[in-house]
Amino acid sequence: MKIPAYYGFWHHLGHWLLKASSWLVLLFLILPILVIVPLSFNAEPFFSFTEGMLTLDPEAYSLRWYREIFNDPKWILAIKNSFFIGILSTILATILGTCAAIGLARDEMPFRRFITALLLSPMIVPLIITAAGMFFFYSNLGLAGGYLGVILAHAALGTPFVIITVTATLTGFDYSLARAALNLGATPIRVFFDVIMPLIRPGVISGALFAFITSFDEVVVILFMAGPQQRTIPRQMFSGLREQINPSILAIATLLILVSIALLVTIELLRRRAERMRGIEIPN
Amino acid sequence: MSSLTTSEAGQAASARRKKRLAAFLFVVPLLLFIIVTFVAPIGTMLWRSVYHPTVAELIPQTLAELERWEDHKQLPDEKTLQVFVSELHTLNEQRLSGKLSEEFNRAYTGMSSVVKSTARRIGRLDAQALQAQGVQTLLDAHRNWSKPELWYAIERSGKVYTYDYYLTALDLELHPDDGIQVRQDTQIYLQLYTKTLNMALVITLLCALLGYPLAYYLAGLPSNRANLLLVLVLLPFWTSLLVRTTSWIALLQTNGVINSFLMGIGLISQPFEMLYTSFATVVAMTHILLPFMILPLYSVMRGIDPSYMRAALSLGEKPIPAFARIYFPMTLPGLSAGALLVFIISVGYYITPALVGGTDGQMISNIIAFHMQRSNNWELAAALGSLLLGLIMLLYWVYDRFVGASNIKLG
Repeated sequence: MKIPAYYGFWHHLGHWLLKASSWLVLLFLILPILVIVPLSFNAEPFFSFTEGMLTLDPEAYSLRWYREIFNDPKWILAIKNSFFIGILSTILATILGTCAAIGLARDEMPFRRFITALLLSPMIVPLIITAAGMFFFYSNLGLAGGYLGVILAHAALGTPFVIITVTATLTGFDYSLARAALNLGATPIRVFFDVIMPLIRPGVISGALFAFITSFDEVVVILFMAGPQQRTIPRQMFSGLREQINPSILAIATLLILVSIALLVTIELLRRRAERMRGIEIPN
Repeated sequence: MSSLTTSEAGQAASARRKKRLAAFLFVVPLLLFIIVTFVAPIGTMLWRSVYHPTVAELIPQTLAELERWEDHKQLPDEKTLQVFVSELHTLNEQRLSGKLSEEFNRAYTGMSSVVKSTARRIGRLDAQALQAQGVQTLLDAHRNWSKPELWYAIERSGKVYTYDYYLTALDLELHPDDGIQVRQDTQIYLQLYTKTLNMALVITLLCALLGYPLAYYLAGLPSNRANLLLVLVLLPFWTSLLVRTTSWIALLQTNGVINSFLMGIGLISQPFEMLYTSFATVVAMTHILLPFMILPLYSVMRGIDPSYMRAALSLGEKPIPAFARIYFPMTLPGLSAGALLVFIISVGYYITPALVGGTDGQMISNIIAFHMQRSNNWELAAALGSLLLGLIMLLYWVYDRFVGASNIKLG
């Protein structure tokens, strides 16, 4: 922030106060996450820094908890499940969500406001309510305690994010491009894949990433609906935190932080690319 | 200019209909999917909160007899009791008396063990003794059986369609004569709703207090620097909820990072008990929900032309009044969008309070989970959930009206 020349003493003071408080808030946001990383290399089974760690004694650090994770069949199963459920529900959510977003972005869409609000509601309704309802409903269908039920549930939770991101790339979309292609004899399917898709791809991909992280991070529905065979990483962490806390949770948490950094970087790159492609100068 | 002919107008209308249909067809697959996988389950839950056939299936004949019972100050007549005794006898043989005791216990506190022991006693009688002394055995087994209130509770719990669970969820109860009254013995749920709303309010206020200056600061930075710092806001947003909750456990534990640090520098001699309190819930949830406040605020502030403030200042307004009267009102859309979203999310939060809240920091979602998983009172869980859902839908409606549901900021 450039300080204008006409600022007086109180202005300056206010400005520095603002800067200081902003940095404190940023630290509040980021430090709790970063503190996990060194703790996960703890050689002792504690959730806190040992004296050796503070004096940077190499003996106090170890990869013990990482080894523990990769030698524990429960964690391995949880990791596999998380990716399996996450990927399948993401594919489902992305296809359905993208298709719906294309319809919702049209001015001709009937009941647009109501349908949009309905389709976005899985994001708003508390997970405990969704999970309880799904438990009642899917048990009646015999889908509780299986992969199918969980995948369908997670797909439903992921679709709102796909709708939001794809709708965002569709605002300002020039439909005359699609009409031109149709006039020139392209089939509607070809128009979709060759004209519309390249323009909305960044939105589709970031929607898919959001849908994936939603499933990857979801634990309440899993708690209610999944059997022991469908335990995912967050489910395993949840019971670990409730029953016996040990630093292997910190190790898996560190790995999850790496996953989220990778996703965040991808999203950020996509966003810039999308804005370049639409010929808009990147705001902010 | 000639006006459209009827046939031209008809063609235009049919073209419009076609377009509407085409747009709608794109949405249909997801609409059906959401209705089946999401709306139907929630409908099932709402249904569960008013539909309760268990007792009616267990003691149908007793309930039929009870329909004749009029004076609720007297015991039901001998015949009714006799029918009940023989039904209890059958249930005991079918090993279903446990289920009945659970149901009665919900309708009338303290009945769990009474029903079980009475069922055992009655189970010992043979067919003849059942006829001759069944009723006496029942009344002798426990004094509760001689209380008309109990029979009234049984009659009510036998209703297949009931709003009783809503009464319980609102700490009300139905008296035979006085109608709906505030529950005398235990008032849990209203208190819990109030506490949940209070905590959500505190979290929302904290998010606004912490988020506003940061968003303001970021909005004034050049875009490449702002983007860089925004990553620090987005990283927590993308980090697993459980990871963030785990870190607060590590920080707040009795011998956790904060206590060790404070003791290490000699500021305190005894560790604070911070984990498993409502304080822990509030702090961890503020941390988790802060990005939802910062992102809409930032995007609104970014769009405010700085020349407004410059104009106000150069025209002689003091900085603080200028801020309050010019800048702040322009940020209200972002502030209210963020605040509503944070409030909506925090009211229904489950995971974080369950892990860091202890008994003190529990919210309404946690009691719903408790009734789903531990006490197996699914109907009450459904009623509590429906009330929560009603509240959330109201807030969501407000959000959709003023912000627009599809304007939720995701980064």
